[in-house]
Amino acid sequence: MKKKNGLGPKIYLAIVFVILYAPIFYLMVYSFSSGDKMYNFEGFTLNHYKEVLQDTRLLIIVLNTLVIALLSAALSTILGVCGALAIYYVRKLRTQNSLLTLNNVLIVSSDVVIGASFLLLFTIVGVKLGFVSVLLSHIAFSVPIVVLMVLPKLNEMSPTLIDAARDLGASRWDTLSKVILPFITPGIFAGFFMALTYSLDDFAVTFFVTGNGFSTLSVEIYSRARQGISLSINALSTLIFFATMMMVIGYYFIAKRNQRGAGMGVGK
Amino acid sequence: MQIRTRNLYLIPYLTWILLFVVAPILLIVYYSFFNVDGQFTLGNYQKFFTPVYLKMTLSSFWYALLITIISLLIAYPTAYWLTKTKHKQLWLLLIILPSWINLLLKAYAFLGIFGTYGPTNKLLESLGIGTQQILFTDFSFLFVSVYIFIPFMILPIYNALEEMNHSLLDAANDLGASQWTTFRRVIFPLTLDGVKSGCQAVFIPALSLFMITRLVAGNRVITLGTAIEQHFLVTQDWGMGATIAVFLIIAMAFIMMLTRKRK
Repeated sequence: MKKKNGLGPKIYLAIVFVILYAPIFYLMVYSFSSGDKMYNFEGFTLNHYKEVLQDTRLLIIVLNTLVIALLSAALSTILGVCGALAIYYVRKLRTQNSLLTLNNVLIVSSDVVIGASFLLLFTIVGVKLGFVSVLLSHIAFSVPIVVLMVLPKLNEMSPTLIDAARDLGASRWDTLSKVILPFITPGIFAGFFMALTYSLDDFAVTFFVTGNGFSTLSVEIYSRARQGISLSINALSTLIFFATMMMVIGYYFIAKRNQRGAGMGVGK
Repeated sequence: MQIRTRNLYLIPYLTWILLFVVAPILLIVYYSFFNVDGQFTLGNYQKFFTPVYLKMTLSSFWYALLITIISLLIAYPTAYWLTKTKHKQLWLLLIILPSWINLLLKAYAFLGIFGTYGPTNKLLESLGIGTQQILFTDFSFLFVSVYIFIPFMILPIYNALEEMNHSLLDAANDLGASQWTTFRRVIFPLTLDGVKSGCQAVFIPALSLFMITRLVAGNRVITLGTAIEQHFLVTQDWGMGATIAVFLIIAMAFIMMLTRKRK
């Protein structure tokens, strides 16, 4: 097994890497082109960036996206931790398994089905489509991933810790805040980050429940891209690319700091 | 004491499950029995079994299958050789990195790359093949989808390969198995779980992609997802959209069962 790759495999891997990255760099390169098409690079300019930064509507959308992402990640983390604790405290294995199955439904469901069914739900309940409906859906689809990130940490914790705390007279709140939560903090962070990326990355669900007048970045990119090529999208995507990089690096270090935390995740 | 603790945490969690897992599925099923005018009907199901919808469903499955198979064929060797590189963690991170970039942006990039005057056509021209219509064809849809899903296929296979007990390979080797036999009889069966999760992670979304079809496939490729989006957001025929969603849910459950891991 310790055999190194020969020339063939190396070339193969190189091709895969080039194909994976070429479109991204292609986008970025043309964000500096002074033309208005995505071919024939004409000359260096930062105009498209200026355009993006001066576009107030777009900046508001970016702000919306960030607010939704942070709020939904925070709230879904709280709910998800509750969920993980709930599953942890259920002693019957069968109940535990059925809770987990229900938990995973939203993870494996396709975005379109989630979006369509949430649209039905919000219409029936009478939630106005817009900020609230988008926020609620983002919370809803991020909860299960938080549960999955936190639960292994809980299971890793020795139950004697809780018994010890109780024996020593800790109230239930003290046990939670001084024993359990500190122990599962790495899982909570991982869950929060995953929820954040899920929310930032989501397009399909948001597209269904966003209604008129409220938009997130993905939805905006989609509607602009459908109108054809505009190099300000390229500039925007370059900015997003670097923001994403920062996030991934941040996440990588958090994951690295608690090596035994939940493994590397993938965006949706 | 134990019971009260448990109830407290279950309250918010079960509320979430009821509101956002159970209720939406029930609503989808409920709505599938109503037509545009809000009358109870089985017509949507009847309509689903007409050639138009059946053909669409079949082609959607066919495309999803193609995407899954092509991704698997590309991803497996990639994952396999990745495990043999130096600094494999770093390389893996680099493979996963593109999947964090919004898929709409990646699809959008191909509008330029596959465009009439884009670099792909330049290359074809210099090879003497001449300019081709690439965008808005089946090919562009397949290529872009595979491109987007590849990391999701590589990751589980890579993990499975890493978990494999390497002394088994030595054993196979010692017993005189050729490389191909070792792969077919030892490596592949042992990494089957990874392959299954990879296929699941690709097939289900591939059935329901609608943004990629809209952006790079024109109206040539219609998947179940495109049809649902069309019915819900364009024609406002929620009943029919819900009916298609019911079948998509059934298909998802079926795939989940097929790809369930052996324990």
